[in-house]
Amino acid sequence: MIYDIEYETMPREALEAIQLRRLQTTLQRVYASVPFYRKKFEEAGITPADIKSLDDLRRVPFTTKMDLRDNYPFHMFAVPMDNVVRIHASSGTTGRPTVVGYTARDVGTWSTLMARALTAGGAGRGDIIHNAYGYGLFTGGLGVHYGAERLGASVIPVSGGNTKRQVVIMKDFGPTIITSTPSYALHLAEVAEEMGVSFKSLKFKHGIFGAEPWSEKMRAELERKLNITAVDIYGLSEVMGPGVAIECHEARKGLHVFEDHFIAEIIDPNTLEPLPYGEAGELVFTSLTKEAFPVVRYRTRDITSLNPEPCICGRTHVRMNRVTGRSDDMLIIRGVNVFPSQIESVLMEIDAVEPHYQLVVDREDNLDVLTVKVEISERGFTDEVKGLQQLERRITKNIKELLGVTAQVKLVEPKAIERSQGKAIRVVDNRQI
Amino acid sequence: MQVEQISVFLENKSGRLSEVTAILSEAKVNIRALALADTSDFGVLRLIVNDTEKARQVLKNNGFTVGKTNVVAVEVADRPGGLHEILTLLHNADLNVEYMYAFVRSSGDNAVMIFRFEKDQEAIRLLQSKGVSVIDGERLCAL
Repeated sequence: MIYDIEYETMPREALEAIQLRRLQTTLQRVYASVPFYRKKFEEAGITPADIKSLDDLRRVPFTTKMDLRDNYPFHMFAVPMDNVVRIHASSGTTGRPTVVGYTARDVGTWSTLMARALTAGGAGRGDIIHNAYGYGLFTGGLGVHYGAERLGASVIPVSGGNTKRQVVIMKDFGPTIITSTPSYALHLAEVAEEMGVSFKSLKFKHGIFGAEPWSEKMRAELERKLNITAVDIYGLSEVMGPGVAIECHEARKGLHVFEDHFIAEIIDPNTLEPLPYGEAGELVFTSLTKEAFPVVRYRTRDITSLNPEPCICGRTHVRMNRVTGRSDDMLIIRGVNVFPSQIESVLMEIDAVEPHYQLVVDREDNLDVLTVKVEISERGFTDEVKGLQQLERRITKNIKELLGVTAQVKLVEPKAIERSQGKAIRVVDNRQI
Repeated sequence: MQVEQISVFLENKSGRLSEVTAILSEAKVNIRALALADTSDFGVLRLIVNDTEKARQVLKNNGFTVGKTNVVAVEVADRPGGLHEILTLLHNADLNVEYMYAFVRSSGDNAVMIFRFEKDQEAIRLLQSKGVSVIDGERLCAL
């Protein structure tokens, strides 16, 4: 099924005409209303009027997460706060989060795109959606929720955690669609099994999974254990939230980018030059219809490639392949973005430890486990175990408060963190995805 | 009246403790008493040695995190109830014991216990006023 048959199956030529018109409007709006963009354009010696074709987009400067941080919290907004009806936030590279806003029309657009995405994943009116994405500042929960309502499906806003209760709900309410991070879905399956509930006996047909990287191997495991078809959904709060791109459950081979609302480019992260279809590089997005928080050539840091081949589902929108990595050091822990620099900023504020640390990520029972190893300093050392355990708990608490992630803190001896050519190895990711 | 104790941070991995003893042995430092407190990932080794400053220096030079604390050495009657009497005195005076361990040698007929108090001056005053013998560092090392 296709939710928006006119736009999703539009011939490329007509689609590109719409893209150009909407791009020009977006550039004019940000130039007029966001000082950051006006300054960037002026430095690059261009005005919106210079962008006469989609190809001219390459002349427009990039926007980075650092730019968003510098304009914290609301300076990137292109409308007065009177018109902003929703605010979300995601991790920044340091203490400050990245803040995004939505007008009423933006929330409507997002709902429609999520309705499209859910449809592509196999959902429709009459389905019951078990939405186990977190509700809150994170865009996952509310993004899926509004899309489900727009679609006319029944949504269970179960959010994350409290896994045993979720299993009871799955058994009693009979949801047909599950939306969550792929690792949480596998964890749910395990807990259900421990409770003697077989997914085969449940009514699930389709699963829509995202917010963290996963693999074809995990897809096979999810489809087998949950007895569903599993599709990948992509989004990021800076660009909108979930629903920027989605796989169709028919092909399950790459994620259709909703190109009437976003232009996707792949660039070489070193030269910053655009790369042709098929070549892997960093994904860059320009929003075409957003009002409160338009983004122009936003560098996602996600590494992938684009595939323009026609799809069996009938959608004409280009497909992005699975995200295979990052061009920065960001980690995704249980769906939460974590930058090592954020952990460092927490440690720097604690006198009792040295700023020598290492993040170790493991996956235990399908859940990510973050361990922060940090070297004890002589100033922080006491002869009492109690005091050292308090120190560990204090660091865990500060990390939790800043990032919303529970880390196991492990004090280690000075010089215990391996150093490679004088530089400490900051991240050891043992997850086999 | 206190005794100096050094403490060493140890990760829970095999061979760490013997590295400490090797370093002290090479420096000809004699260990008079020792206690190890541990959790699942680290331990704190507490030592009373005949040359605190030297022990601290050689361990630090070898990359260990070393702390110095004052503890109290107390003579305890070597018979049933001997330790209990002392702990009762402390408890009645609301003085907390952070940890304690036994000293290897005895003092005459009495056993020697090492105490770490939250309020050590108060504890020493209390014990001495009740006729309990508190041993200073010099005497302790001579035992």
